[in-house]
Amino acid sequence: MRLQKSSLFGLYALLELASAPNAQLSTSEIAEKYGISPHHLAKVMMTLVRAGLAQSVRGVGGGYRFTGNASRVTLSDVIELFEPIGSGHDFADNNAALETPVGLALQNVRDEIDELAKATLKSITLKTLLRSAEKLDLTQGAIRVGGD
Amino acid sequence: MIDNEVEMINIRTAVANDLARVIELDERDTGQGKPDYWRDIFDRYVDGDRGQRYFLVAEQNGVVSGFIVGEIRAWEFGSTPSGWVFAINVSPDIREQGIASQLFDAICSCFKNVNVDTVRTMISRNDPLNLSFFRSQGLSAGPYIQLEMHLDE
Repeated sequence: MRLQKSSLFGLYALLELASAPNAQLSTSEIAEKYGISPHHLAKVMMTLVRAGLAQSVRGVGGGYRFTGNASRVTLSDVIELFEPIGSGHDFADNNAALETPVGLALQNVRDEIDELAKATLKSITLKTLLRSAEKLDLTQGAIRVGGD
Repeated sequence: MIDNEVEMINIRTAVANDLARVIELDERDTGQGKPDYWRDIFDRYVDGDRGQRYFLVAEQNGVVSGFIVGEIRAWEFGSTPSGWVFAINVSPDIREQGIASQLFDAICSCFKNVNVDTVRTMISRNDPLNLSFFRSQGLSAGPYIQLEMHLDE
């Protein structure tokens, strides 16, 4: 599935912060690690702060700190700060298509896919995602060692 | 039996006397009393020759506080033998103490003991609690899709 840049950047930033809850990270540090625009990320961070998921730390060293609960915040919670999940209706005013059997049947299939996507994203907390990332990191480490 | 002295939880195989408590825990959680259903499950998963069917309970201070039920299923639409978990329950009074994780680990050990290396389950997408739990244990969407339709009269 495609996600808007803001949603992806928000997920990268929040997961990075949640992986080190006692640390402060700057937008430039996060942007460099993920190869993303620090300017765009700065705007995304403002949204995360407004949502109470991150806190801006002033002063020397500055940056941001994670203030959510990684065991409760889900991928869906983050994504929905930036975009609705699901395809919705492509043409808001095109009810004519939805009044045809084909239009309706096709919309039913799209709704089915959307519901699966929503349920999946709602079921994965930041903590669960980080655990998956750790396992991948261990696997990749083992592959690198094995290749030596 | 697997003793966990830190959390004082004992994971063990269910016995016939656990039936009433299982019915109670299930009714408390689902709001539906299903004594006949659980009696049938106990007949096949607790009493007699259980085969590759597993019914484990978590016991704390002599009281059953949770349970997990599963079995090995094989060859449905080409699926190689895999462990299936179809029920898990922990008393709401003592959740978030890792009891469900211990039950899940224990049943996975049962599956591994018979050389099965995959565990599956099927959860309603309107059940975020159980969906999140199994995700937290490392499960993700598998290669099979659950399909259904309403049967017209």
